[in-house]
Amino acid sequence: MTGEQYPKIYLYRRLVQAKLFIDAHYADKIDLSNIADEAYFSKFHFIRAFKNIYRKTPHQYLIFVRIEKARGLLKAGIPVSEACYAVGFESLSSFSKLFKSIAGITPSAYSIQQQKIKTQIAEAPLTFIPGCFAEKKGWLKKEQF
Amino acid sequence: MPFLCVNTQHKRMITKMTHVSIYVTDQARAYDFYTNKLGFKVITDVPMPNNDRWITVCPPEQPGFEIMLAPINRGLFSKETANALKELVEKGTFGVGLFTCDDIYATYEELKAKGVEFTKVPKKEFYGIEAIFKDDSGNWFSLAQLV
Repeated sequence: MTGEQYPKIYLYRRLVQAKLFIDAHYADKIDLSNIADEAYFSKFHFIRAFKNIYRKTPHQYLIFVRIEKARGLLKAGIPVSEACYAVGFESLSSFSKLFKSIAGITPSAYSIQQQKIKTQIAEAPLTFIPGCFAEKKGWLKKEQF
Repeated sequence: MPFLCVNTQHKRMITKMTHVSIYVTDQARAYDFYTNKLGFKVITDVPMPNNDRWITVCPPEQPGFEIMLAPINRGLFSKETANALKELVEKGTFGVGLFTCDDIYATYEELKAKGVEFTKVPKKEFYGIEAIFKDDSGNWFSLAQLV
C-alpha cells in the first residue's frame, strides 16, 4: 500500500482511537482536552479533524453515544433517572432535553413506547415478521397466510 | 390517442427492496458482529418457536432496509444442503453486497481495530475507494467510499 493510496494513516489511527475511547468510556467523566492531548493534537485541530470524519464534534459525538446507550437501557426497562446517570449525565433535566432533541421524543415517552412494543411482541410475535417468511419457516399455518 | 396518455396515478410494479437474508453460521455471534462491530441497529429481535429468533438489523442511516440474520441450521434446508451451504459460506464463496461510508480510511481503521478481517485494504478504483471485509461467518462485503 502506498502513501498515495492510503493517506495520513497515523492521523486516521489517532482519530479512530479517540472515537473508540469515547465509545468505551462514555459513562465516565471524559475530559475531551485530555483525549486531544493523548491523540497528539491541539484541541482546535482535533475538533476540526474529528468533525471532518464523523460529522460531529467530539463533544456532540459523546452526547450522541450517551443518548444511544440510554435508548438501549430504556428499551430494556431501566427507569429514566437510572438510565440518565448510568450513561454519564449528571442532571436529569439536561438529559431529558438532549434526549428529546436527538431522539425527537422524551425519555419517559420513549420508555413507554418501547415497553408497549415489547408487550406486543410477547403477545403476537408473528405480526413483526413478514408473513411469507413465517410461513416458509413453518411458524404460520398455511390457511392463515 | 387516449390510450397513450400517461397515467400519473399508475402504480409501479416493484418500488423498493425492504428485506434481504444473509445466511450466518451462528446467529448469536452474527448479532454481536453486526451490532457491536459494524455498528448496525437492531430493527426486530423476536423470539420464535424452537428457540429460534427472528433478527433483522440495518445500517445506521438506512432503517427501511432490513437485513435478516438467517441461521443456516434453521431447518429450511435438508441436513445435506445446510452442511454444503455452511461450507460454502465459511470458505468465503458469497459476496453479499456493498456498504458505503463517508470516510473509508476511518471506517477501515475502526473495523480493523475491532477485529474485522479485511481481504482488501482501501484502494482507489475508478468508482471510488474500496476495501473488502468478511463477516464472522465468511460472507464478504465491499466497503466503499464512492465518488
